[in-house]
Amino acid sequence: MNEIKIYERPKAWAEGVHTHYCPGCGHGILHRLICEIIDELGIQNDTIGTAPVGCAALMYDYIDVDFCEAAHGRAPALATGIKRTRPDKIVFTYQGDGDLASIGTAEIIHVANRGEKLTTVFINNAIYGMTGGQMAPTTLIGQKATTCPFGRDPELAGYPMRMCEMLATLETPGFITRVSVARPKYIIEAKKAIKKAFQNQIEGKGYSFVEVLSNCPTNWGMTPVQAFEWTESTMIPHYPLGVFKDFK
Amino acid sequence: MARVLMKGTEAIAEAAIQAGCKYFFGYPITPQNEIPEYMSGKLPKIGGAYVQAESEVAAINMVMGGGSTGTRIMTTSSSPGISLMSEGISYIAGCEIPAVIVNVMRGGPGLGGILPSQADYFQSTKGGGNGDYRLLVLAPSTLQEAVELTQEAFDLAEKYRNPVMILADGFMGQMMEAVEIKEHVSGDLPPREPWALGCMGERGSKRSILKSLYLNPEDLEKHNIKLQKKYREMDKEVRSESYLCDDAEILVAAFGTTARIARSAINNLRKEGIRIGMVRPITLYPFPTQTIRDLASSLKHVLVVEMNMGQMLEDVQTAVCGKAPVSFFGHAGGIAPSVKEIEDRVRSIL
Repeated sequence: MNEIKIYERPKAWAEGVHTHYCPGCGHGILHRLICEIIDELGIQNDTIGTAPVGCAALMYDYIDVDFCEAAHGRAPALATGIKRTRPDKIVFTYQGDGDLASIGTAEIIHVANRGEKLTTVFINNAIYGMTGGQMAPTTLIGQKATTCPFGRDPELAGYPMRMCEMLATLETPGFITRVSVARPKYIIEAKKAIKKAFQNQIEGKGYSFVEVLSNCPTNWGMTPVQAFEWTESTMIPHYPLGVFKDFK
Repeated sequence: MARVLMKGTEAIAEAAIQAGCKYFFGYPITPQNEIPEYMSGKLPKIGGAYVQAESEVAAINMVMGGGSTGTRIMTTSSSPGISLMSEGISYIAGCEIPAVIVNVMRGGPGLGGILPSQADYFQSTKGGGNGDYRLLVLAPSTLQEAVELTQEAFDLAEKYRNPVMILADGFMGQMMEAVEIKEHVSGDLPPREPWALGCMGERGSKRSILKSLYLNPEDLEKHNIKLQKKYREMDKEVRSESYLCDDAEILVAAFGTTARIARSAINNLRKEGIRIGMVRPITLYPFPTQTIRDLASSLKHVLVVEMNMGQMLEDVQTAVCGKAPVSFFGHAGGIAPSVKEIEDRVRSIL
């Protein structure tokens, strides 16, 4: 009971930098989890990240590994080129819902279907963050955004897309799971899932996809506490947590 | 390898392999399908990889990824496919990643047609994608030259850390000609370790970030100035062929297959005693402006012949700089100017 645990900066977190993320944003938590996993697996010199277009476009400023920026939605194709030419490296994409589920739908489906031996972390916060709160493919029915000011109407904009469920229909083996960072108990599970997704790659198993239900206090017009409560109360019922597919 | 009769597309593919290209990412489009077909059969056997992308958009981003590790990479496509790749080409140029892109041009705009064309001159030399970037653009006129320029393109891409485009027309892709493809030995090139992804260990745990995003305007301008400085260094790669120019009064400017047709016309017109010659740009960017300008004051007329509606024409006009009249003759839609048409046009000028 007297054990003292020191909460330190992960080694893979670039020294002396602070993120540009809004207070209460889930990106900071996720970046930290990825850094901890890189440390625990001892792969800092061997990891190559692809930075998305979106709020995490500057993630290479924070995570101290090799990085290449990707055009909006194209990270899975970019990562394919990296991994095919350097199969000895650990390659990941980190993409938001506009990036992955809208402009990059072709790329994400085909990277999964080819079973590329890489890892995707998909941050679903049901809104476009960087551009200022527009409707995303994952925006919930009735949820207001700057381009659906009366709330998302399925007659006009269809229904929120469940990417894990869609990808899980593919015959190609893979690891597909949905987690959240809405509360500490979910964060612990999120870390396990992302770590497994990286380990799968180290073991050469195939494609791993981890969807993370996060938040956007700024564009949702909520305090950080309210935002994570909303993730739990409103997003999780529509986007159930769990493993949708795994390697046998 | 001895001289063999080969189709242009396959010759380009084999030339790339002999230059050390083991990775190819592409998407089918006529008239260049034999290149991805050839690569899909060969590359897995030599420890490389062929990936058929879900689109040209994905293909060029795979090329960007492969290039980012400092690996010799190629993709090939044809005009509408290159339009789709233009986003990625801009990123590749902005991130300074080496890559070789072949455009076997067909007619446009839009879906256009599948027959040969040179209508992507503007697209390849003036941009296509967004921002102030340039490609090195090489325009072969024979299959042997296509083979040699394809191989050299890999060296140039690495030398300048810049995408290089081979601009070939559909004739070059589909015709057969005797070629000799040698194993290409590169000269001294800068090592990839200082910048390539995947070499963090070799750099003593110092990471590399390949990006074109600079949110601070001063930083973005600095990045652009650096790129422009590189493009000015690329000017020394300028190359052209001058054919019978010494005493010429009439100058034809043409590139690629059109230059081959023009050469026949020039040979015939010379027999009639007409003092005519040709400048054939081999690099379309950088453009041989000075070569043309040096000739301009002694010329009575400059005729630009292209398989488009007048694109290189504008660069020739800039080069001639008002020192001689410049006119244009061309066809679009997959129709090649005939030898007789060029001869008649020249006679009408006289």
